[in-house]
Amino acid sequence: MASPTITKTEKLVGKRIKRLEDPRLITGTATYVDDIQMPGMHHACIVRSPHGAARIKSIDVKGALDTPGVMAVFTGKDTESVGPVPCGASLPGLRVPHHHVLAIDRVYFIGHPVAVVVASDRYIARDAADRVEVVWEALPAVTDVEKALEAGAPAVHPEWPDNTAFNYHQEGGDVEGAFAEAEVVVKQRIISQRLVPNAMETRGVVADWRSGDKTLNLYSSTQIPHLMRTLVAQMLGLPENHLHVVTPEVGGGFGSKLNVYAEEALMGFVAMKIGKPIKWIESRRENFMCTIHGRGHVDYYEVAAKRDGTITAIRLKLIQDLGAYHQLLTPAIPTLSVLMMPGLYKCQNIKADIVGVFTNAVPTDAYRGAGRPEATHGIERMVDILAAELKMDPAEIRFKNFVGKDQFPYATATGLTYDSGNYSAPLEKALEMVKYTELRGEQQKAREQGKLMGIGISTYGEICAIGPSPATPAGGWESATVKIEPSGKVTVMTGVSPHGQGEETTFAQIAADELGVNLEDVSVLHGDTAIVQYGIGTFGSRGTAIGGTAMYFAIQELKEKVKKYGAMLLNSDDVTFADGKCTDNKTGKSKTLAEIAAASYRAMKLPPNTQPGMVATYFWEPPNFTFPFGAHIVVSEVDRETGEISIKRYIAVDDCGKIINPMIVDGQVHGGVVQGLGQALWEHAVYDDTGQLVTGEFMDYAVPRATKIPWIESAHTETPSPVNPLGVKGVGEAGTIGCSPAMVNSIVDALSPLGVRHIDMPLTPEKIWRLVHA
Amino acid sequence: MQKTINLTVNGKKYSDSVEPRLLLIHYLRDVLGFTGPHIGCETSLCGACTVNVDGKAIKSCSMFAVQADGRDVLTIEGLAKDGKLDPMQDAFWSEHAAQCGFCTPGMIMTAKQVIERNPNPTDEEIRHGIEGNICRCTGYQHIVNAVKAAAAKAGA
Repeated sequence: MASPTITKTEKLVGKRIKRLEDPRLITGTATYVDDIQMPGMHHACIVRSPHGAARIKSIDVKGALDTPGVMAVFTGKDTESVGPVPCGASLPGLRVPHHHVLAIDRVYFIGHPVAVVVASDRYIARDAADRVEVVWEALPAVTDVEKALEAGAPAVHPEWPDNTAFNYHQEGGDVEGAFAEAEVVVKQRIISQRLVPNAMETRGVVADWRSGDKTLNLYSSTQIPHLMRTLVAQMLGLPENHLHVVTPEVGGGFGSKLNVYAEEALMGFVAMKIGKPIKWIESRRENFMCTIHGRGHVDYYEVAAKRDGTITAIRLKLIQDLGAYHQLLTPAIPTLSVLMMPGLYKCQNIKADIVGVFTNAVPTDAYRGAGRPEATHGIERMVDILAAELKMDPAEIRFKNFVGKDQFPYATATGLTYDSGNYSAPLEKALEMVKYTELRGEQQKAREQGKLMGIGISTYGEICAIGPSPATPAGGWESATVKIEPSGKVTVMTGVSPHGQGEETTFAQIAADELGVNLEDVSVLHGDTAIVQYGIGTFGSRGTAIGGTAMYFAIQELKEKVKKYGAMLLNSDDVTFADGKCTDNKTGKSKTLAEIAAASYRAMKLPPNTQPGMVATYFWEPPNFTFPFGAHIVVSEVDRETGEISIKRYIAVDDCGKIINPMIVDGQVHGGVVQGLGQALWEHAVYDDTGQLVTGEFMDYAVPRATKIPWIESAHTETPSPVNPLGVKGVGEAGTIGCSPAMVNSIVDALSPLGVRHIDMPLTPEKIWRLVHA
Repeated sequence: MQKTINLTVNGKKYSDSVEPRLLLIHYLRDVLGFTGPHIGCETSLCGACTVNVDGKAIKSCSMFAVQADGRDVLTIEGLAKDGKLDPMQDAFWSEHAAQCGFCTPGMIMTAKQVIERNPNPTDEEIRHGIEGNICRCTGYQHIVNAVKAAAAKAGA
């Protein structure tokens, strides 16, 4: 007998639906990697380099091995056959250093792993790690990316004394011609400093070798379970179908877990050697030293324009601090910056030269925005500098240069096709929210009273839903399997790997609407390579735009099948499927989804050319990226005496296409903005000249805390994307991308009466005080 | 060297022999299996490990298990009663105050203390109260809303 009817007519997409994943998170019953315990499980502690650059003269592990409770110690010589740590990006002429999982004779950055101690208890492992005696010969290091390019700088890798990993050139239009004819040219060096992503859950791995099956179970806090399976299998020389990756609850990623690290393969190696489960949980200090950093740009911008404010050409020399190695996508990140160089503006003459530079530091890679915050910060600062030069209003110069809403799809000089947009709309809305004209009047009065009040605008565009496969290193499609179970309940298996974005809810909203079932009747599974078909993962604001679309198409296939079974059961050749039931258009009789699903599994009778069961799998290849956009405005004031900044208002108007769940979208915007404020105001990964990481703890590295954050006034315009049938564009990175230029433009505006034209991030009180008192 | 400790956790009595250097957070998580409180920094800077000891929110990475001898400990797992969520948990759910969820158990324990000490807090007082807990996902705004909502409900 079929289960009770489960149909609904109320649409869930577009509503503020409470998240389905929350009950386990608010009760402390979710399972993160460090929550996994297994019988006989051992613990690993990794011995790391205290030097930015050094030769390893010798390693003595005897003291560690003699410690009661220690089972094994492995050094680089033991793990030579493992790896290398993979770089998935390729560029012409790219120099790729061999990246061993444990260093063999030389270390290249603070925290570089050299040995792993395995013990029965995490305290013993850590004690014993201190008893591994390494004799070092410290070498000169270089951590400043421009100094690394100077003649005679210490060579990070001795085989490449110029520290240059690659040069990359991209050009569109007639840049030299435009500069020759320019009525005005503005130039500025702009830094996007190194940042530490700092997911609240550090990385962690549990590896469990099943010797009878010759299968490795690997539990890892990652954004890309399937890619990890493929790559770690290669590193360990295991058949891919003998590696099972499980992504349990993941406590944030922001790009830092879009990677395959040495430790994942290393723990697999250890588990296979010791025949016991092994756990490694990264300490926060290790997270600062050894998990990828973000940003690390020194950019030299030149913008050519007419005196009426029309931007005619943009030229950029981009120096990218790569760190000592390439992690998964390291060299590809600055190429994303180049793609987004024109921002929202119709400038068709673009030229960029990237030099990728090795330094004695942990590799940079994708961190929330990955290349687009740098590009947006660059163009949005340059537009303000140009406006100041021409004595134009920063809003007016933007309106003048926007790609018009009737120009889509719009081909950029960097080879992209912007899908859809109405770039004036969010700026108009933001100006209205802030009462711009009155506010400028208020600012005038404040200035007359000697106050340093600033109004900063940024209008950002971003490249999301990454992306079409030819544009990505590993395939840019996404997959979904949708099952209607015999009871009519719906199970979705998605290839994306959410870790805070709430897709168990948003996907359930879409599926519930499409199939006419209740939200609670949909279960969304992800992150286990033994359960879910191959998928790409969660990054680049792609989850809903690509993964959600794959699910949508799988559901459309199922709906056809449901109609076939429905027609058979109703003895009809004219049925409609809506609101969770199939209805005979002639008789009005209907069968519920549960009745139809049950019949498909019972299979007493099959419709012609139709298989039993109710399962569909869809791999969706997107035809294009999506291009969200928006406008942020920051109203601020600077304290002359202390250099301290106070944010009076923060307005964020974002257009991320169709909104599935406004509450989740607001959460993404708030979190993104606050990470942007972190970069603009406080955060900076600082290495000293010897390669020591000076800001290596929360004590020294200022992540935003609740008291420092303004109230964020969030609003939206909604321009659907034509790239996918859901009309969604992506929102995970928008806040971060829009924020930093608005914040910096606001403070530059505040200090402009003092002649200030540009300030590099972070805008620390000391830096501001010095400018005020210069 | 081991020391025997007797304490109450989430209303149940426990007696265990522990190393004096064992941190309370490791005792709760690894020995008793209360994995709700998390370890975000081990240096008392992030607050993910916050639990309640004798009525006070404390960071359990900065306290030894032996210091909890004879005390009454409440972790996130002890909040819901008979399957009914604590109003603060409910408010975190309704206001979308959790994203990745890693800071959430510690944040909820701290937030409860904020409204216990000040039943009608302003936004600023809430922000001050949760300043010792880092959340990297939410930007804090929905957390502030949740604490306000829980306070309003308690006062209603």
